[in-house]
Amino acid sequence: MTNVSEMPEGYGGEGFFATSLSKAVGLARANSIWPLPFATSCCGIEFMATMGTDYDLARFGMERLSFSPRQADLLMVMGTIAKKMGPILRQVYVQMAEPKWVIAVGACASSGGIFDSYSVLQGIDKVIPVDVYVPGCPPRPEQIIDGIMKIQELVKNEPLRRRHSPEYQHLLEKYQIA
Amino acid sequence: MSLTNETALARIEQQAPHFIVHHEISHDSLLSIETTREQIIDFLQFLRDDEMMRCNFLTTLCAVHYPEQEGREMAIVYHLHNWMDNFRMRLKVFLPISDPSIPTATTVWLSANWMERQEYDFFGINFTGHPNLVRILNVDDMEVFPMRKEYKLEDGTRTDKDDRFFGREGNFEQRFDI
Repeated sequence: MTNVSEMPEGYGGEGFFATSLSKAVGLARANSIWPLPFATSCCGIEFMATMGTDYDLARFGMERLSFSPRQADLLMVMGTIAKKMGPILRQVYVQMAEPKWVIAVGACASSGGIFDSYSVLQGIDKVIPVDVYVPGCPPRPEQIIDGIMKIQELVKNEPLRRRHSPEYQHLLEKYQIA
Repeated sequence: MSLTNETALARIEQQAPHFIVHHEISHDSLLSIETTREQIIDFLQFLRDDEMMRCNFLTTLCAVHYPEQEGREMAIVYHLHNWMDNFRMRLKVFLPISDPSIPTATTVWLSANWMERQEYDFFGINFTGHPNLVRILNVDDMEVFPMRKEYKLEDGTRTDKDDRFFGREGNFEQRFDI
């Protein structure tokens, strides 16, 4: 059987392997992300293709989409977010348990896209912190997968204590999320 | 006998000439009649209940802002449809922007409820007697009526665009050397 993911750095020998806890946890987390799709428009359709058999996001350990924020690790925002939707998106983010990551898929979620309009949120990073931005209008499934792999890289290498760090607390305070 | 623009106008002129301030066949070959806010509800009632007009359906109700027409800046436009004869017509009422109030059409068609809320939301038209005249599409705490011409379409919080390419700098003539 081939390795589905790389071994972390460590010391191994006959019948044993030793590595740091954070690397082992990072490896486990990165390959079992439960994404919550927050799809509002055409990027959501591309996401459906990404989940389908041709592109098959399940290869990355994402067999199960979580439609409850309480059991999700990755918030995938795909599509235009109207200002009226802003507080709802924020509420979904707040309900997710730590550790949590956010990916903004497509031009609208990243910056407002073509909707330079009084009614549209000019990028979801106005209301919640974002880890990875995927450009495109809409992005192809390959691009979404590229973004997911960047998220996996972040998850794999994140120190276990990062969520308790003053920097992270400060980031959340900036968004007025306790 | 099927209704036409001519027979419909003749019927109105015969039965209720006082409702007509101005009439024309507009560019889309729809019979358009201008009336006043004092008479609009009676006129709608007449068009619905008259045995020949039978305009049983309010297709749409919308507002238009004409900032250059002093004293008649706001137009309220009603589109009516007679399903039996497949006859459509349009009614217009012009209001001054200093007092944009008009009686609610919900007394004639309940379907006018949400349409009037929308026009209140975007244009600040005060439909007197409306059962629940609150914003319907925009965020509740919005302080302006965004479809009035004095408000910009663009969102001021946009950060990723070069103003020169999106019409926020100089005027049209300067930008295009004409």
